[in-house]
Amino acid sequence: MTPEEWAAVSLSVQVSVWATLLSLPFGIAAAWALSRKRFPGWQALNALTHLPLVLPPVVTGYLLLLAFGRNGPIGGFLEDTFGIVLAFRWTGAVLAAAVMAFPLMVRAIRLGFEAVDRRVEETASTLGAPPVMVFLTVTLPLISPSLIAGSVLAFAKAMGEFGATITFVANIPGQTQTMPTAIYALLQVPGGDAAAFRLVWISIVIAVGALVASEVLARRMQARVQGS
Amino acid sequence: MILSVALSHRFDGFDLNVAFDVPGGVTALFGPSGAGKSTVVRAIAGLMRCDSARISLGSRVLDGPGHRVAPHLRRIGCVFQNAALFPHMTVRQNLCYGQRFHNGSTVSFDDVVAMLDLGPLLHRRPEGLSGGERSRTAIGRALLMDPDLLLLDEPLSALDEARKAEILPYLERLRDGTRRPMIYVSHALPEVARLANHIVVLRAGRVLRVGATEDVLSDPNLSAALGLREAGAVIAARVLRVEADGMTLLETAAGPIFLPGVTAAPGQTLRLRIPAQDVILSRDRPVGLSALNILAAQVVSLTPLDAASVMVELRLVDQTILARITHRSTAALALQPGTDCFAILKSVAIMGAT
Repeated sequence: MTPEEWAAVSLSVQVSVWATLLSLPFGIAAAWALSRKRFPGWQALNALTHLPLVLPPVVTGYLLLLAFGRNGPIGGFLEDTFGIVLAFRWTGAVLAAAVMAFPLMVRAIRLGFEAVDRRVEETASTLGAPPVMVFLTVTLPLISPSLIAGSVLAFAKAMGEFGATITFVANIPGQTQTMPTAIYALLQVPGGDAAAFRLVWISIVIAVGALVASEVLARRMQARVQGS
Repeated sequence: MILSVALSHRFDGFDLNVAFDVPGGVTALFGPSGAGKSTVVRAIAGLMRCDSARISLGSRVLDGPGHRVAPHLRRIGCVFQNAALFPHMTVRQNLCYGQRFHNGSTVSFDDVVAMLDLGPLLHRRPEGLSGGERSRTAIGRALLMDPDLLLLDEPLSALDEARKAEILPYLERLRDGTRRPMIYVSHALPEVARLANHIVVLRAGRVLRVGATEDVLSDPNLSAALGLREAGAVIAARVLRVEADGMTLLETAAGPIFLPGVTAAPGQTLRLRIPAQDVILSRDRPVGLSALNILAAQVVSLTPLDAASVMVELRLVDQTILARITHRSTAALALQPGTDCFAILKSVAIMGAT
């Protein structure tokens, strides 16, 4: 494998891990609000979380570029205030992957919230636990299997993300080139097939590995949660 | 400690409007499903907001105008029908959950474990427990938070008869051992008759009657609400002696009663239930009858129940009991208030110690 291919593999893993970890707290918050609360704007939040699922990824990438580009309202603010630049950087790939994976993560975690027996939480509060403690000591442990499921889905989605990534951060080898964009680039040049195949195999191995690991982890969590 | 409750709430075509004050001891909230029992319990625990609510426990106001204590600050221990144990914790962790939020608990972990026989379960998880073991764990967990009031919402209704019989002695121990006010929600009269000092009878969102268990259960006007099959007086009895043939002689305000198979020692007091449908009336003292308990009685009142039966309120010395007989028998015996007769008690159930 060439250093360029390795860079694509490691960048993909790096981007996906960050995208998953960074979207997890927001995913939990959104899933909680959508499954437990009814408020003005509920429909809007629901639609917004699902938007990346239904929009063409290129459109999502372009919208990200408009908002988070160096001249965009949010991108400009981030650069001026914190010195953070997203467009055409690997950090931007993280944002693109996180946004694209967000609906899948939220859906999985929502199912977890909806499966929790509310009486168990109510009992915890009658036993003296303030709402935050009920959430930390009862709700969160009980939804842990769906947190894992949601994270694996998000990780897999992030690993495969192409359209929004290439639109928002382009395909710069060693900087923003992820496995999917590298495979695409290799397929555009004569004789690139062998290298593309190596990356295809690696992405299959990583995907299957993540799936198996999540299955093992989810079972262990399920056993801890339900004591089976 | 007096629990004072006044609630009104309207939802989905159901109109709840209840107010009652009950003293300490065990108060049963009794009524059929849909009477509003669960709503009252959830309101007392602070788990639900009513349109208007005034709830106070002793001098503490839990709900009042512009004032509402959050559920986690109420110090009310709840045991729900399905036990609602934390599935991700062991029995020990379940039991100790409430203690981390309450400093200076006066309840000893070891005492509670001993009282409810939880020792062998401590390291197990809820999943593997039987229904009865779950209930006991939930009761212990509520007790260990050192509550000012225990709310037991149909803790036995998910259990079969054998499991109920297994749990009831623990509930009696709880009542007699902890001296903590308890609200016991149930639609099963035998449980209520056995455990409660006071009864609040609920029906379709209204309080039908509040009173001492003995008074409520021997009120012929409540028989229909309590369930005709279940109706019957509850009386106190003291064990006098065990006779040579194994029969035990009990002293009651209604007169002497003989019962077989009583395990209580002389001097102990018991609570007896005399089902109204197991009382036979006779104008003359019956002779040549196998029944042992035949007591002189006087008719106090006659309350028609349905097309077939009449509830007869009887005075036996200083005790009121009920007999459920047919209209035809009432006519044949020419029963009227004041009529002297004899009550033949076909069955008397021991409801446990008082």
